[in-house]
Amino acid sequence: MELQHCKNVNENPCHMCMPMGAILPFKGIERSVVLIHGSQGCATYMRRHIAEHYNEPIDVGSSSLNEKGTIYGGENNLKQGLDNLIKLYQPGLIGVLTTCLAETIGEDIDRVAADYLLERGLANLPIVTVPTPGYGDSHAEGYWFAVKRVIACLARKTEKHRKINVIVPNLSPADIREIKRILGLMQVDYTLLSDFSETLDRPFARPYKKIPDGGTRLADIIRMPGAPATIQFGITAADSISPGKYLETEFGVPLYNLPIPMGVAATHSFIGVLMKITGNPVPEVLERERGRLLDCMIDSHKYNAAGRSVIFGDPELVYAMTRTCLENGVFPVVVATGGRTAKLAELLEPEFRSMQREVQIINEADFAEIREKSREMKANIAIGHSDGRYLTEKEGIPLVRMGFPIHDRVGGQRLLSVGYVGTAMFLDRVTNTLLEHKLTGYRSSMHRRFYLGAEEKPPALGES
Amino acid sequence: MEAVRQLLDTSIAERRDSILIKGKQKKQLRCDTDSVAGCVSQRACVYCGARVVLNPVTDAVHLVHGPIGCSSYTWDIRGSLSSGSELYRNSFSTDLKEKDVVFGGEKKLTFAIDELAAKYRPQVVFVYSTCIIGVIGDDLEAVCKAVARRHNIEVIPVQSSGFIGNKSAGYRAACDALLRLIAPGDKRKIAKSRSINYLGDFNLAGEAWIIKNYLKEMGIGLNVTFTGDSSYNALKKAPGACLNIVQCAGSMAYLAERMAELYGIPYLQVSFLGVEDTSSSLRKIAAFFDDDDITRKTEALIVRETEQVKPVIEAYRERFAGKKAAIYVGGGFKAISLIKQFKEIGIDVVMIGTQTGRKDEYQTINELVDDGTVILDDANPTELERFMVEQGAHLLVGGVKERPLAYKLGMAFIDHNHDRKHPLSGYVGAVNFAGEVEATLCSPVWKYINSPSVWNDEDSPGGAFDGTSAL
Repeated sequence: MELQHCKNVNENPCHMCMPMGAILPFKGIERSVVLIHGSQGCATYMRRHIAEHYNEPIDVGSSSLNEKGTIYGGENNLKQGLDNLIKLYQPGLIGVLTTCLAETIGEDIDRVAADYLLERGLANLPIVTVPTPGYGDSHAEGYWFAVKRVIACLARKTEKHRKINVIVPNLSPADIREIKRILGLMQVDYTLLSDFSETLDRPFARPYKKIPDGGTRLADIIRMPGAPATIQFGITAADSISPGKYLETEFGVPLYNLPIPMGVAATHSFIGVLMKITGNPVPEVLERERGRLLDCMIDSHKYNAAGRSVIFGDPELVYAMTRTCLENGVFPVVVATGGRTAKLAELLEPEFRSMQREVQIINEADFAEIREKSREMKANIAIGHSDGRYLTEKEGIPLVRMGFPIHDRVGGQRLLSVGYVGTAMFLDRVTNTLLEHKLTGYRSSMHRRFYLGAEEKPPALGES
Repeated sequence: MEAVRQLLDTSIAERRDSILIKGKQKKQLRCDTDSVAGCVSQRACVYCGARVVLNPVTDAVHLVHGPIGCSSYTWDIRGSLSSGSELYRNSFSTDLKEKDVVFGGEKKLTFAIDELAAKYRPQVVFVYSTCIIGVIGDDLEAVCKAVARRHNIEVIPVQSSGFIGNKSAGYRAACDALLRLIAPGDKRKIAKSRSINYLGDFNLAGEAWIIKNYLKEMGIGLNVTFTGDSSYNALKKAPGACLNIVQCAGSMAYLAERMAELYGIPYLQVSFLGVEDTSSSLRKIAAFFDDDDITRKTEALIVRETEQVKPVIEAYRERFAGKKAAIYVGGGFKAISLIKQFKEIGIDVVMIGTQTGRKDEYQTINELVDDGTVILDDANPTELERFMVEQGAHLLVGGVKERPLAYKLGMAFIDHNHDRKHPLSGYVGAVNFAGEVEATLCSPVWKYINSPSVWNDEDSPGGAFDGTSAL
């Protein structure tokens, strides 16, 4: 077990910046648009990064700060930006995010936004401001913080109702659809935030709409404080940015902070909590899905036993993938996240201790370090976003693509990995990658070792 | 003038002078200005411009001084190939945090370069400035100078703070960095040669190698390419070349002019996109040398290559009759080449725009396109959508951000970005281009998206309801 360190140079980043993460939740709120207060490039880079993953048009406005705005203040740019964005999109909500530049020159976006609404007589247009300096935290914190700010700006004390709050991290649209299906099977009324299951994976339809249909309804967000409970898949989120914690502290909504429902245990926790809150029974179809997953786990367990995994990406997903790998004996040997999430190591340490397995858990990791540790720990399968292709190229470790972003393959938005059904699909992807690798190399490696009688040496990575 | 009235009815007043219809208005297109706030420009920033131009320098350390995002979004996303070092495919960042912004990032930068110099022993380090560096006032020059002396290497600051202009300002910052790199200690010691420099090719999918092979066959040596597959040592020899040929003028015209002033190297504008441009550019280069042997070899090459590709392209041409294209790309050079390339394969251009085209380039565009073509600078998705649909385009050429828009509109798409994995240069590139147009324009998928989802309609391409008509 090893914790981190402070270094002077990041060599091939494993994380992105805070405003990037903050864009995503707004994409799952009905008729909402985002304006980034900063120089033009920030918006464009993030749009490109998101568009390439989801294969969806990602429109994000920028206040296009230039030299003049930087010196004399960006208020005019921000107001003009809001004007134009409203003209172009007629949004129902605008998220205003800051950047390194806006924060460093000390822009007061709350005041500007308030002034703007007053000046334009737009009292009913919600503007959600989120301070997200790129040097502040990683995209993962940006995501949670934006969700918290959406609730903080919109939610009102309201009479009690039956809709349970469900708060999701950055999952794939397919995963969100699966969570909604499970909620439906459990006959649960809910408000899911942020629901980009349709908006970031929309069906082809004519005519094209600039703001896609779908997303969490504003009316529902406003009423979140009246919910009987909040289920949040955010155990790695610090309390200060935790939306569920906010609803609990400010409005007394009981919080069930759960891991992403991936793997037998975590899916069980999710369904168990739904049972507890609603008193509804678990339908037979979920029992059968659970049984099918167990069957899948047994079928694959010997292949999985050969796996020594390196897992990286967003802390919440890393935790879920690590637990799922542990459940299946694809033992994680390196677990890494790019941000400063102290909670990840805290949560995982006991799991590994009880199994007496050696693991390197790295916070503030970059890919140079992940590569080094992977080699040292003889990892033979990588699980994480597509930047992990570097591990394949440099060390021959095959990559199972998971999370965000996935730029070098299609279908990141359709990857299903949660619930019993999704876990089985995730496991199949992992097991088949191990198998493919074994089957490609074993003939030559056996030939070399036993026929040629070459001196036995540890197999090179990429062979079994 | 209904069309013009409608055109001017775009909802954003500040954008009106940046859009025109050829033949309908006399006005000059407004371009090369700052983007309008809130318009959702497709442009990137100064840093982006600088990074794309410099990144193909293969054996350099590319260090981004700033917060993590700028480095994260630019790690190895370009398809530039190398015949040597792979160092350029790493993305290094000082990963500035809040405390660095408060107390300054100079120390961290110094340590970062120290570490990198010790680990990789590069001959040159490019240090890119980002937005906050321009604001917190780190003295990049001083830090770079001190570290360079200590390690006896070159450490070149790139003044690319995002807010100081648009992407073009980044090209210029990159060119300034290159000028510093190639500057000889003593001008009298420049060894003059008969070989040439090739400016504005980034060796995407080996494009610079294709041109290098043509030149070799013509009997002309290629000194160094700016910057595809270039290296420290090769760039150092740049001042000795007898000629600069310039392809991507948007990024490299400034460098060519400066090299003409400083080292007396004349330059020629060339283009290797499309059969006609490739042939005429090769002839232009040969003419510069005014050497019978070179001319003979050049003509032989052109005849052989043209004979090979002409029939292939002709066959494609027949399939594309009546199709219309929309173009939205980064620079003017690419846009101009694309108009000509589409002409070669019989496709009309009905909408064309760029992120950073210059006045003279828009002038050329205006001359090349037919009346009625919409020309627009620094467009946004709303405008792209509107004009592609109104003009009846069948396909769009663009980058990663534009691709999903075209697809959502049910439109074919050509990737003309730095990330592509196939060359579009030279004769082989012309065939690739036509092939890509065919792959997207003539795909069977369009037949399905244009049919309503009527479940029991036997005429629907989905087939009959009873499952008897297998497709």
